[in-house]
Amino acid sequence: MSTLQLTGVSRWYGDVVAVNDVTMTVGPGVTGLLGPNGAGKSTLISMMGGFLPPSAGTVTLDGAPVWRHTEAYRSIGLVPETEAMYDMVSGWEFVLANARLHGLADPVAAARAAVEQVDMMDAKDRDISGYSKGMKQRIKMATALVHDPAVLLLDEPFNGMDPRQRLHLMELLQALAAQGRTVLFSSHILEEVEEIAGTIEVVVAGRHAASGDFRRIRKLMTQRPHQYTIRSSDDRALAAAIIADGSADSVDVSSGSLAVQASDFGRFVEALPRLAQDGQVRLLEVTPADESLESVFAYLVAR
Amino acid sequence: MNVTVMRLTARGLLGRRRALLLVILPALLLVLAALTRWASDASPSASSLLGSGFAMGTLLPLMCLLVATGVISAEIDDGSIVYMLAKPLKRRVILFSKLAVGLAAVIVFAVLPTMAAVAIAGDEGGQLTLAYGASAFFAAIAYTAIFVTLGIVSRNAVVFGLLYALLWENVLGGYVPGVRAVSVRQWAMSVGEQMLGSQAAEWSFTAEVGMATGLILLALTTAGAVYLGVRKLSTLTLSSVD
Repeated sequence: MSTLQLTGVSRWYGDVVAVNDVTMTVGPGVTGLLGPNGAGKSTLISMMGGFLPPSAGTVTLDGAPVWRHTEAYRSIGLVPETEAMYDMVSGWEFVLANARLHGLADPVAAARAAVEQVDMMDAKDRDISGYSKGMKQRIKMATALVHDPAVLLLDEPFNGMDPRQRLHLMELLQALAAQGRTVLFSSHILEEVEEIAGTIEVVVAGRHAASGDFRRIRKLMTQRPHQYTIRSSDDRALAAAIIADGSADSVDVSSGSLAVQASDFGRFVEALPRLAQDGQVRLLEVTPADESLESVFAYLVAR
Repeated sequence: MNVTVMRLTARGLLGRRRALLLVILPALLLVLAALTRWASDASPSASSLLGSGFAMGTLLPLMCLLVATGVISAEIDDGSIVYMLAKPLKRRVILFSKLAVGLAAVIVFAVLPTMAAVAIAGDEGGQLTLAYGASAFFAAIAYTAIFVTLGIVSRNAVVFGLLYALLWENVLGGYVPGVRAVSVRQWAMSVGEQMLGSQAAEWSFTAEVGMATGLILLALTTAGAVYLGVRKLSTLTLSSVD
């Protein structure tokens, strides 16, 4: 059982702040690091993996700093996002070399166990340069698992995987967590994270925006004010009816169409068709204004 | 040193397409050597000109640059070095292993071809061949250490290396006498000059510094480069901008 602890961690490049005062504890189980592209997820993982010193704050693994501490790699398995490996060797040779670099007592047995775990025994003797993206991802997994690490860090592991491979990796990560390992992976896709992560850490624009189990995060995300743009046969009459009914917080007809903000999503969706029918207004178009993940994240940050 | 690091490094160095250059350049030198022999009737003086000019002045630094960037820069550039660094291995061990592979490659692909070229172009009793072999060997050690470290420090190692090898050692050295003494090639040539003794001047095998000075400067430069390389590799940051 191992715990990664980030305390007041910031990282800046020149005058660009990539990570801003993040404090989080990553313990046993699957943790999903969720955030839009460019949020600082890779920077955080680089710091957790000891490949980047924090500009401020500390990153420790079971109390010991990770930066400049190569012994920490005995308990860290790293799956980098970069696809490059030593392409001129076979998958088997590469995993075996990783086992040897770890100085394991029985590198051949360890490499075999790791390659079996990622289901690559059939293709293990082919050169890495000939692998598909999913196969490369699995060999990368095997190199990270070969020394049986307590902590596994994966940077965007589901990128480029087909649904079957994705399912296989999800099962593998859950199995590893069930053995008491600390598994952290990054993703920009909420569904991916909530499917397997017991804990979710949301990062937006370098800041730690939310933390908790997926139900809490999901609730935070669905309880935010929803915005709709509506076109109808009589916007002003509909606006009056919506405000009178009390199912929305605000209406705005100044932009030529009707903009509505509702904090109770369920109540508004139920009320809108009824109000339109009662007022004999024809609804021509109802569009949620900002359902993109970025706007959901932005809301979490502004909260 | 670590055998696995050395094996992976060697596969990486020889497995890439640019490994072809490692064969083409020495082959060119051997062709030039044959032409020199034919044109100047196997005279040691002409042979020495080829050795100090093309072999020591251009081929050796270029080959060291090619090999040094092949053993480390390529891996840093594509990020694959993370697999070596994320291991409970002292960074010093990784660097020494890579230096050893680099030096071995340079000996095979540059030092031995230099000796062969001098022997082909013209020699007397193997003296010139040995002198060039020794000089090229010492230069190779220093160049490899310098360029490997350069590859860790800068992502533009090839550009800086080329500027040094071609501009500093060849062009500037030709016009500014002071610069000529601050040169790995000149320091290394001092060894060969000493070996040839009185023959050196006759065959225009000359160095700007004496052997003791040359060896000390070579040792200091190499040690400095290795020290800096270990330090920089220990604090190498790897981060993809997400």
